[in-house]
Amino acid sequence: MSTQVSVAKHKVEQVETVTIRFVGDSGDGMQLTGTEFTRASALAGNDLATFPDYPAEIRAPAGSLAGVSGYQVNFGSREIHTPGDAPDVLVAMNPAALKTNLADLKPGGMLLVNVGAFTPGNLEKAGYKTNPLEDAALKQSYKIFPVDMNKLTEMALAGSGLSSKEVARCKNYFALGLMYWLYSRPIEAQLESIQRKFAKKPEFAAANAAVFKAGHAYGETSEVFFQRYEVPKSKLAPGTYRSVTGNFATALGFATVARLTGRQVFLGSYPITPATEILQEMSYFKEHGVVTYQAEDEIAGIGSAIGAAFGGALACTTTSGPGLALKTEMMGLAVITELPLVVVNVQRGGPSTGMPTKTEQADLLMALFGRHGEAPMPVIAAQSPADCFWAAIEAMKIATKWMTPVLLLTDGYLGNGSEPFKIPSLDELPKLKVSYQTSPNYADGTQYMPYLRDDKLVRPWAIPGTPGLEHRVGGLEKDSLSGMVSYDGMNHERMVKTRAQKIRNVVEDVPDVETFGAASGDLLLVSWGGTFGAVRGAAEELQARGKAVGHVHLRWLNPLPKNLGEVLKGFKKVFVPEVNDGQLAFYLRGKFPGVDPLQFNRINGKPIKISELVGKVLEVL
Amino acid sequence: MSTTNTTVNTALPTYTKKDFESGVDPRWCPGCGDYSIINQVQRALPAVGVKRENIVFISGIGCSSRFPYYMNNYGMHTLHGRAPSFASGLKVSRPELQVWIVTGDGDALAIGGNHFIHAMRRNLDLKMLLFNNRIYGLTKGQVSPTSELGKKTKTTPHGSPDYPFNPPALALGSGATFVARTVDVEGAHMGAVIKAAAEHKGSTLVEIFQNCPVFNDGAYDFLTDKAVKADALLRMEQGKPLLFGKDSKKGIRFNPQSAELEVVTLGEDGVTEKDILVHDAKREDPTIAFMLANLSTRPGFPTPIGVFRDVSLPTCEELTWKLIDGAKAKKPDASLEKLLDGGDTWTIG
Ligand SMILES: Cc1ncc(C[n+]2csc(CCOP(=O)(O)OP(=O)(O)O)c2C)c(N)n1
Ligand code: SF4
Repeated sequence: MSTQVSVAKHKVEQVETVTIRFVGDSGDGMQLTGTEFTRASALAGNDLATFPDYPAEIRAPAGSLAGVSGYQVNFGSREIHTPGDAPDVLVAMNPAALKTNLADLKPGGMLLVNVGAFTPGNLEKAGYKTNPLEDAALKQSYKIFPVDMNKLTEMALAGSGLSSKEVARCKNYFALGLMYWLYSRPIEAQLESIQRKFAKKPEFAAANAAVFKAGHAYGETSEVFFQRYEVPKSKLAPGTYRSVTGNFATALGFATVARLTGRQVFLGSYPITPATEILQEMSYFKEHGVVTYQAEDEIAGIGSAIGAAFGGALACTTTSGPGLALKTEMMGLAVITELPLVVVNVQRGGPSTGMPTKTEQADLLMALFGRHGEAPMPVIAAQSPADCFWAAIEAMKIATKWMTPVLLLTDGYLGNGSEPFKIPSLDELPKLKVSYQTSPNYADGTQYMPYLRDDKLVRPWAIPGTPGLEHRVGGLEKDSLSGMVSYDGMNHERMVKTRAQKIRNVVEDVPDVETFGAASGDLLLVSWGGTFGAVRGAAEELQARGKAVGHVHLRWLNPLPKNLGEVLKGFKKVFVPEVNDGQLAFYLRGKFPGVDPLQFNRINGKPIKISELVGKVLEVL
Repeated sequence: MSTTNTTVNTALPTYTKKDFESGVDPRWCPGCGDYSIINQVQRALPAVGVKRENIVFISGIGCSSRFPYYMNNYGMHTLHGRAPSFASGLKVSRPELQVWIVTGDGDALAIGGNHFIHAMRRNLDLKMLLFNNRIYGLTKGQVSPTSELGKKTKTTPHGSPDYPFNPPALALGSGATFVARTVDVEGAHMGAVIKAAAEHKGSTLVEIFQNCPVFNDGAYDFLTDKAVKADALLRMEQGKPLLFGKDSKKGIRFNPQSAELEVVTLGEDGVTEKDILVHDAKREDPTIAFMLANLSTRPGFPTPIGVFRDVSLPTCEELTWKLIDGAKAKKPDASLEKLLDGGDTWTIG
């Protein structure tokens, strides 16, 4: 089947990158539309990044400003770092969606509106006094394409026997079909996907397929569009790819650990936005050696993981801000018992429940210091959705190698966003080996000393079921050898220092940072976590403009890379952009006296834009 | 993928009490009921038929929670109230281990109340020993969730305005499959109950009335003093009528009119042994067990000790692993390659 019969009729323009944002009511299926279009772009060989943006309310009143849900995808034939600063195309399914998103549209951008939803009632709900589409200024600023998707969907489904409510629900497929046409995507895979998705409800499969095709045909026949676009395949490294969100990639990373080690990976967790998907996804990995346990709260989530770690499992727990707060007492216990554990914090807007569906990087200081007593933990941060896979594996590797809890920071932007993930071959994966102590380690060969350390200060891991090594661990200070309770002050001091030194020793596994660009210059951008893409994009642009700007991205927050101090000294200015009020900048000031970074902070629930960052850097250069 | 490869299948050694002593001297106050409890546990374990290395004791925080240090098993002394969470993770992860929880009334029911009810309702095979001294021992004498209404303590100098929990009733209400009560001074009784708990597969609560001579001395004198014991203690025995009192002349009868339990005396008003409720902890319906658990809160009624409920249901860890094994059986060719390659893929180059 092919609807692309008359390609010649329309001019086809090749473009390097495009950013499209789909926006509509929470019930309009925008997340699905965005995901499906993303999939098509991925299958077409584009590099891409996405940014789903949805309200915390499951279903805010239809048509209301609070209920607008959006999905932005940036795809291209060159390397894509971020979901894109400003959309080239805005697909707005109703007035509220237009109102809340129009300001972001690129000047001269394409505005595709479902005029069928521009009823007096909807206009009023969105707070419009008059129909904005009739505004002359709007017509001048953008290329507007008014399409009555409501009516066209109804027409496509006339006689289908579906209720009008069911018909209305199909209109997102009209928008999708139209965008497929506009960007010259083959439709077969999408039709198959519809069949699969609605396999149990053939009448819906037929309806959505019909609407999708109608949208596609509309582009072809309506004489509204004069040209179509084509985004060639990107020059991504050769290999096989799949599209992953950060949360899925984290889950995949842990499941990979189970396969690599042949050991049980145990996840104890409690749902919280935006971390929930990790628990959900890992629940599907049972056949790979993953055990999931949905606990009664996050305290029990981490508790169950520590219990499982005592039993020899490769344990992890996943959460977001408020949940991390609940886990702090338990993290201290994992620190003092020196049991391996990975704590994933998918950061979100705080404080308290804050802005649960909006992204933020504001838990850095909590990750570094948020425990009572002296309780250092390694902290690493993932830099992109696909990188969550590698970060999860690395965190587990460090936890088991050094017998310590490890904090892995991702964020809502990474967790929900997606990008192509190059499927690694087996020899690209780290070698992971996990072994337990099985024999006495002390004196005459009859005793087991749980706190007898090796030369790296790592204690052995003996697990229940091992005869002869019966021992007790717990939260009270341990004797530096036997692990028995000790209130001896000198022993305490020794233990505090030893635990700290052990975590400092982890630096052995922390690669030196590499500067993107020259090793010295006027200004060094320093980033961590999910801002990688935006900051790298800005650095590229600044360098292209001939500026002596370098970029260093920190995957490791504790311990910091050995060469970081030297690298910072190579530049006249250090500039730290963050989606928080300046936490890394604060940390660096403390760690490197004499370094006083300039800051750029965005805390509006949205990722940093490349253009705004470039502008700020140019101001201070 | 094996959970562990360290459990060797050799015959069970013949243990004595000494094998379960860690050699660390307990630091409870002289006369503390905890001594008799650990003594009974160490005496019961040799007969339980589980290898020492496969037994784990997990505790929270409180005087009672020091328990694991004194046992020669694997053990964890964890955080206030949280022992069930560690135990649950360990048990799900390693179902072959025998996991015990040692906790106090404050630990289990105040800060740990949420974990307590969930551990009970999930029917994980966890054996909880709740040392109930009706006071906070380790923090030196504050009111606890099991302290009586009106109880004067350091934080309730004018008397406590809180109604107490009744742990067996709470456990039964939460779905525990084995619920029992015993008393620190009743050594033989406690030993038998602990053994029964060890043999039960499923969520297990053993409430142990424990005297705290320092902060709540004599809390159980109303039950344990020789002079009153016979009338105050009701010993529940499986398949036997619920008789108590001097010469076992008193009994518990179920009154179908009021749908309540009542105390009757044999030989009075034509009451014979046939009228007395026969104890059956195996009833799947926990209603009678719940009524019995609540007897002690009613004036004029005896306090039952023994096993309230002992029913067998599939455990949470069994069900969990059934699902895992099912998933593995459905996908016998699951592999790392398949894991990584799943979903829609495309190739470049
Ligand atoms: C998070 C936390 N809160 C409070 C405490 C202080 N604390 C320790 S034990 C205890 C009460 C223990 O009472 P109970 O469980 O009845 O045990 P007992 O000491 O009587 O055996 C309290 C409040 C603590 N250790 N941790
Ligand atoms: S304070 Fe009470 S419960 Fe604690 S050890 Fe002393 S006597 Fe026992």
